Amino acid sequence: MYRSHVLVCGGTGCTSSGSAKIIEKVKEEIKKNDLAEEVCVVQTGCHGLCSVGPIMIVYPEGTFYSMVKEEDVPEIVSEHLLKGRIVERLVYDQAKGMKSMAETDFYKKQHRIALRNCGVINPEDIEEYIGRDGYQALGKVLKEMTPDEVVKCILDSGLRGRGGGGFPTGRKWQLAMGNASDQKYVCCNADEGDPGAFMDRSVLEGDPHAVLEAMAIAGYVIGADQGYIYVRAEYPIAIERLKIAIAQAREYGLLGKNIFDTGFNFDIDIRLGAGAFVCGEETALMTSIEGNRGEPHPRPPFPAVKGLWEKPTILNNVETYANVPQIILNGAEWFASMGTEKSKGTKVFALGGKVNNVGLVEIPMGTTLREIVEEIGGGIPNGKKFKAAQTGGPSGGCISAENYDIPIDYDNLVAIGSMMGSGGLIVMDEDTCMVDIAKFFLEFTVDESCGKCTPCRVGTTRLLELLNKITEGKATMEDLDKIEELASYMKQNALCALGQTAANPVLSTLKNFRDEYIAHIVDKKCPAGVCKSLLTYSIDPEKCKGCRLCAKNCPADAITGERKEPHTIDPNKCVKCGVCMTKCKFDAIEKK
Amino acid sequence: MKSLEELNAIRNKVKGRVGLRSEDENQTRVVVGMATCGIAAGARPVLNAMAKLVADKELENVAVVQTGCIGMCRYEPIVEILEPGKEKVTYVHMTAEKAEEIVDQHLVKGNPVVKYTLGAAEK
Repeated sequence: MYRSHVLVCGGTGCTSSGSAKIIEKVKEEIKKNDLAEEVCVVQTGCHGLCSVGPIMIVYPEGTFYSMVKEEDVPEIVSEHLLKGRIVERLVYDQAKGMKSMAETDFYKKQHRIALRNCGVINPEDIEEYIGRDGYQALGKVLKEMTPDEVVKCILDSGLRGRGGGGFPTGRKWQLAMGNASDQKYVCCNADEGDPGAFMDRSVLEGDPHAVLEAMAIAGYVIGADQGYIYVRAEYPIAIERLKIAIAQAREYGLLGKNIFDTGFNFDIDIRLGAGAFVCGEETALMTSIEGNRGEPHPRPPFPAVKGLWEKPTILNNVETYANVPQIILNGAEWFASMGTEKSKGTKVFALGGKVNNVGLVEIPMGTTLREIVEEIGGGIPNGKKFKAAQTGGPSGGCISAENYDIPIDYDNLVAIGSMMGSGGLIVMDEDTCMVDIAKFFLEFTVDESCGKCTPCRVGTTRLLELLNKITEGKATMEDLDKIEELASYMKQNALCALGQTAANPVLSTLKNFRDEYIAHIVDKKCPAGVCKSLLTYSIDPEKCKGCRLCAKNCPADAITGERKEPHTIDPNKCVKCGVCMTKCKFDAIEKK
Repeated sequence: MKSLEELNAIRNKVKGRVGLRSEDENQTRVVVGMATCGIAAGARPVLNAMAKLVADKELENVAVVQTGCIGMCRYEPIVEILEPGKEKVTYVHMTAEKAEEIVDQHLVKGNPVVKYTLGAAEK
């Protein structure tokens, strides 16, 4: 019996800012103050507000400490835990004067289903999961429901695949259920590859049992006794916690033979991926699980007919699974009451880029981009203006400011030329060049193209070359037509979604920010001041005091001038590194 | 795991433990003064007794929290009980034994134990 719980975030974000050391220190200080029997320390999963980590929350008060350092720990223990005096200076700014975390701007508009246990339970303790109604859904399904009833429940809930495609989950299960076979498989796609996305990692790190429970439910529905979680090897914490979770579930008889004495057998193994982006594509993923080189193959046959080892297989994403136990327990209607007409429930986004509250958020479908960026995200740093947001990673596109207020759901995002994707949401301000962004994603797909089909292998490279021409100021207007032609060819002919969607970042920026492309081509200017080849640095003689600071620091000796006289930059020597600009104390360097 | 009963037994055992990590506006708060004066007068056994009693009796939505010096050091250990929509009740010169009676009478049955309150002590 502990009167107080100290929760320290052990997600990847907080771990990298030192939370493991903080946990050790807290334990040490608690011992020193003779509180070991009164206060317990719990390492949890991600709380979402990664930008102010490491995060520590003390219950029952619910005090939210942010950016905790090792040297702050003795004070927290002796003041707060021993004497009950909250250490105000360490409380998260937004939470000051609030009764609880839930009232802060960051959490107020969120609704946590997939993330309900993240940051609340110790993911390495199955009993804490059970204490929060864990495995009740599995028990209910096995004891009281037929596979048909479960499928109906998932269908009625309106749950759609959270990995990006948005295919109705219940429909997928129904298809696999209908295909008779001696062996079937349930797979989990945890090969989260979009740059900047970390939703699935956080669920696995913070609430691994939710995924295991849902996979067992899926196994019962389709008649599978074996599950595989395909997770990338670069997620060490997630893998470790999954291993612990699987071992504990086996020990408690929640995985293995004869679960709940119903004769139902189900077990799960982990397969590690080497981090190839294409392995997030379902056919490539299953080829990789089989031990072969991770390359896609054409569909049909779909996995529900011939999947892993040619047996009927369902493959769902981590976040999709995390929703399933809650739908079973609370009912399809409950889930369907959230969201928009065709997109039900919530979606987790990894909020990144030019936004104050970088982190993980879960919002009801239909929330607007403005609410996410301005309210939950706390706006854009340094008073800059919102320019665009990128969703869907390398397969998605950019949402421009004119669509700031459209409700976010699967269909609306497709209608404006982007896509839901797995949930990466990168915010861009006025200093971002959209051509450069398109180039960034193309560089990514060029690297990650598996090379099996020509439209993708050659198409992405040619597309990148065209973009490079634009950013170097060497392109003509005809190149824009070529881009569009090539993009439509790739869309029709590439083997898998990677190639089919690779041009999306280019097409959507071209559609929403055509002026910017034209500025690069016709005026040979980069309006955001990013593309180096199109920039010239110069010194404003009115502002320059002749302090020589820029000249001393210029690595190319491009700046000349007498002491106390205005200096000049030789454009032929200038390498456009921008050092002069950062060194100048008088704001005299201009970039155009 | 052979039955739902088994699963529920674990759930109920742990529920109190993870239930502490919730935040609710309608929560009843049991506030124990844990400043130097309170600790010196014996507030820690009171705090622990309170927390244990609340958990043992599976009282939902009751949080046992600490606070600093309330300002009436001569009455320490002090425990305040704040129920939503009701007036605060302040208990003074608390002990672990009194805590048991207060939890039974006040928190479970809803009858404040007048004889241990500040009002009674001041008479």
